[in-house]
Amino acid sequence: MTAQPANVMARITFIQNDGVERVVEAEPGMTVMEAAVKNSIPGIAAECGGACACATCHVYVEEAWREPTGHPEQMEEDMLDFAFDVRPESRLSCQIKVTDALDGLVVRIPDKQF
Amino acid sequence: MSEDVIKTDAVIVGAGPVGLFAVFELGLVDIKAHVVDILDRPGGQCAELYPEKPIYDIPGLTVVSGQELTDRLMAQIKPFGAEFHFNQRVESLERLDHGFRLTTDGGTKLECKILVIAAGGGSFTPKRPPLPGIEHYEGTSVFYSVRKMENFKDRDVLIVGGGDSALDWTLNLQPVAKSLTLLHRRAEFRAAPASVQKMLDLVESGDISFKLGQVTELHGEGGKLTSVTVKGADRVTFEQPTEVMMPFFGLTMKLGPVADWGLDLQENLIPVDTAKFETSEPRIFAIGDINTYPGKLKLILSGFHEAALMAQAAHKYVYPDKKLIFQYTTSSSSLQKKLGVK
Ligand SMILES: Cc1cc2nc3c(=O)[nH]c(=O)nc-3n(C[C@H](O)[C@H](O)[C@H](O)COP(=O)(O)OP(=O)(O)OC[C@H]3O[C@@H](n4cnc5c(N)ncnc54)[C@H](O)[C@@H]3O)c2cc1C
Ligand code: FES
Repeated sequence: MTAQPANVMARITFIQNDGVERVVEAEPGMTVMEAAVKNSIPGIAAECGGACACATCHVYVEEAWREPTGHPEQMEEDMLDFAFDVRPESRLSCQIKVTDALDGLVVRIPDKQF
Repeated sequence: MSEDVIKTDAVIVGAGPVGLFAVFELGLVDIKAHVVDILDRPGGQCAELYPEKPIYDIPGLTVVSGQELTDRLMAQIKPFGAEFHFNQRVESLERLDHGFRLTTDGGTKLECKILVIAAGGGSFTPKRPPLPGIEHYEGTSVFYSVRKMENFKDRDVLIVGGGDSALDWTLNLQPVAKSLTLLHRRAEFRAAPASVQKMLDLVESGDISFKLGQVTELHGEGGKLTSVTVKGADRVTFEQPTEVMMPFFGLTMKLGPVADWGLDLQENLIPVDTAKFETSEPRIFAIGDINTYPGKLKLILSGFHEAALMAQAAHKYVYPDKKLIFQYTTSSSSLQKKLGVK
């Protein structure tokens, strides 16, 4: 076995509405929602389990990370209609796939989720 | 409201996959069932949350979508002629001598010998926007559904949302309301194109107005809404006067009335024994996602198993003098007769 790590973990920072920051490690391939749920991040209910059918995994992507995370596809944009206080930086975290390029990603949990 | 009471052997609360399969298992042991669900169609989570997503762990089906599984279950239980009461939430449970009386929010009364709670993750209820004080306006100025037209007659109505419900109610309430404004965060609508066109025509003719934005605050007193603050698309806020607001932000699962039925609960789940899937109270069974026991898995296949054992146990309440004989559907002519294949 070589010392080469098979999977580099990506670090994701979740900032709660009260300012509390939590850094979690996510495996590339999983979604940001899955990383949140796995680490019991409050405010990410993810009721539909990532089917893009509930909008309870809404996050705001920090400005610097908006390009690397990409733009919502049609289905996600439609589902954002069911989120509260939607902003240009709004995303459904179940639709953001973690990649090596997202190591360091920062997202905010909305003040109020449904 | 009908005063008639429907009498039946079993009432199943919830038409999710597990509630549906319970119709089948109860039917095999001659127990007639009525099924109630707050949704407007069968399927529970499968139909509401992931109709088009694939399920890979239904035994014997390599892959099936949430909707297809629902359709197949509906076909499979057809011979048993269960009656469905959709768009109704079971609100209250009364104990009778040898059974129960249930009342729905639509006023339907059902009397049954056994009760099967297949309420899954809870009843699907409209999402309540987290606007401060919204609870004070609910039922007087803020409505999530239309139960009585009078609530909207000759009033200024604001509808918030851009999906089918928002558009349908825009079209239905426009002739009734004094004025109607549709508010949505963007100029695109995820709704039937025909409704979108009709709505745009009404905007064009000046019969309704459409505004871009999101509600951030409610204003009024004593449950009477007078206006709302809206953050417009350009992030500039404005006041929108209105007497009534209808927010449409989709559905979420809430345990709901089941919590008040006096049953033992463990973190919003109903503990059951694993031989009969009966609750802390005789004659009341809980199957599917709503129950808990050591080793519980929230899987459809587990719910199906629970339904089968529940039906065996329920038999003795409905037919106290009859002995239940174990039979296979493959070889039992009496079961095949019930299934309509003989
Ligand atoms: C995205 C996603 C993917 C999934 N994938 C799988 C999978 O691959 N395999 C698998 O086995 N499982 C899967 N599941 C889980 C599966 O959907 C659930 O286990 C299953 O739906 C549970 O069925 P149920 O009938 O117990 O409850 P539900 O499907 O939750 O249905 C309960 C119904 O009861 C109604 N109800 C509740 N209370 C009341 C009341 N008081 N009055 C009227 N109606 C009421 C609700 O409105 C609801 O329609 C998945 C779930 C999700 C969200
Ligand atoms: S988890 Fe439901 S939309 Fe993301």
